[in-house]
Amino acid sequence: MSQFFTVSVLVATLATAIKFAVPYLLAALGETIGQRSGVLNLGVDGTMLLGAFGGYYTVIQTGSHLQGILVGLGIGLAVGIVYAYVTVFLHAQQGISGIGIFLFGLGFSDLLFQELVGTPKPIRPLPTLDKLPGVGRIFEPLVDIDIVGPLLFDHNLMTYMAFLLVPATTWLLMKTTFGMNVRAVGENPQAADSLGVSVAKTRFIAILIGSSLAGIAGATLSLQLAIFQHNLTNGIGFIAVALVYFGAWRPRWVMAGALLYGLVTATRIRWQSLDIIPQGASDIAAMAPAIITILALVLLASRVRGPAALTRPFSRH
Amino acid sequence: MKAKRMLKLFAVLFAMTLTAAACGSGDSTSTTTSECGSDLAVAAGESVTDLSVALVAPSAKDDVAFTQSMVDSLTRLGIEPQITDGTFVVEEAAAAIRGYAEDGIDIIVAHGTQYGGSLAEIAPDFPETSFIWGTSADNQGIANVFAYYPEADQGGYVNGLIAASIAGADGIGVVGPVEAGDAVAYIEGFTLGAEAGGSSTSIVYTNSFSDVALATTTAEAHAANGVAVLTGTSQSAVGAVNVATANDLPWFGTQSNTEAWSSDLTVASQVYHWDVVLADMIEKIEGGTLGGEAMALTLENGGLVMEFNGCYDLDSSVKSDAEAAIADIIAGEIVTK
Repeated sequence: MSQFFTVSVLVATLATAIKFAVPYLLAALGETIGQRSGVLNLGVDGTMLLGAFGGYYTVIQTGSHLQGILVGLGIGLAVGIVYAYVTVFLHAQQGISGIGIFLFGLGFSDLLFQELVGTPKPIRPLPTLDKLPGVGRIFEPLVDIDIVGPLLFDHNLMTYMAFLLVPATTWLLMKTTFGMNVRAVGENPQAADSLGVSVAKTRFIAILIGSSLAGIAGATLSLQLAIFQHNLTNGIGFIAVALVYFGAWRPRWVMAGALLYGLVTATRIRWQSLDIIPQGASDIAAMAPAIITILALVLLASRVRGPAALTRPFSRH
Repeated sequence: MKAKRMLKLFAVLFAMTLTAAACGSGDSTSTTTSECGSDLAVAAGESVTDLSVALVAPSAKDDVAFTQSMVDSLTRLGIEPQITDGTFVVEEAAAAIRGYAEDGIDIIVAHGTQYGGSLAEIAPDFPETSFIWGTSADNQGIANVFAYYPEADQGGYVNGLIAASIAGADGIGVVGPVEAGDAVAYIEGFTLGAEAGGSSTSIVYTNSFSDVALATTTAEAHAANGVAVLTGTSQSAVGAVNVATANDLPWFGTQSNTEAWSSDLTVASQVYHWDVVLADMIEKIEGGTLGGEAMALTLENGGLVMEFNGCYDLDSSVKSDAEAAIADIIAGEIVTK
């Protein structure tokens, strides 16, 4: 155990946790906005898979990570339009249509991969800030700072974007008219409607933002891992949906959940690699991140109520 | 009379010399060295059968791992099977297996240990169909099921021995998937080989065959711990290979040749040539025996082939030691499990 409690190992474990948390955080923040408007999207994982393939394939074709992320965003937006139309205008049952989106994403991303790529082909991973062309020289000395360097500066741009989105999402939800409308239609759509708020339009936009972030999360995942293959996400989208619930629909708690999940995963793996956890206990150890995160967030969020109209379709008639 | 005896002696010595030369050659059936930059695609062989063949497999047909090893093996036998891949969900695989049987396919390859329960239900319903199933050392006592399995510990040992010569005291990081089947055999053999070579392994099982993110994180943890070499198995290992590339760490593969993932840093791969046992099974099926036994891939029968990467500059003495170890494993002088 003593070999774990060294500065270098602890810093490396924390840095891994931050990196690991990024796709969860991006997807969960988007889902938070959607759920605050009263729409549950179980298709996050499928949207992530499509975004992951889109981003990966774009990098293969163009070599540009920026274009890869933008394609992920675009795919998320397109899937969001379909999901929003089905749930908001056709009043489809949200759980079922979300699962439909997931299954479509799972199958279609694999089909496209098989047809367009075939054998998993590694790509250049997302560069860390110090390796970015142009600005890299500014960050190079920062990465070398003890403890702080690897923790704060040895990450790619999407990591910073994900964590900056936490206050941005809070601001959007709490300080803007659109955010107030989102919360209103998530709590009491009839009342919001009677006050002249377009429930359909508000939910539509909230879904588009959420789905776009899911697409970006998927693209970030495949570009971070520098690979795509069948079911690359392995359920990250579903864990992101759970993080929104257990994070009590508050962006900062959702972030805490994503970080905790990443930290427990990184610690578990580090302990296994240092033989602190015996090999025979790997099954139990693998469950630890989910169990600890759920327990912690349930304790934290047990007194917070969710959006009252969550999963309820709205119709004037 | 004396001249005749001398002639006989000469003939025996000549035959022994030829045999020894064949055994000592680097081009024996259990090792190959790829030409640097060459195309890794497997060439189709001459068809060994007119029977119809279908393949049901859990991961993608070109996963550079378990499933691709079977597709490549069928290709070597000149067989173009109907394929249903990506069936991690056993119920989906069972539906595909039953569907092929109902369609009258002669031979159905169920390429996944997890399909055993489904086969026990399906195979008795189609006594005229032959089912080839693995990996398993037991055909469940079903008359129309052949089983196959790799003695993956053998190639694991050889990989471990070579890895030890590179890693030394820095140790080797192992990224394991689920603690079962040929993954465990490979890792146990690898560990024995590494220890015989004077190094040590750190083993982490991610508990997933497909979670690339976990495999990546695991390999990063190994790299941060200072290991000098990485190895791993399953289709999720591609994440670990990327970490090996990013950290300039030599990589050892298994199941398929992983040079497709890392052409510079893959040192050697243990490649499954299922065609060795498939050819035997097909011959028996054509002779009217539809199942009833289990067959193993070994270094001896050529089912396990150590493929060295021609792009990696491996010390010739290390390679010689590896080839000597292969000979000793075949002779039973080295125990790998």
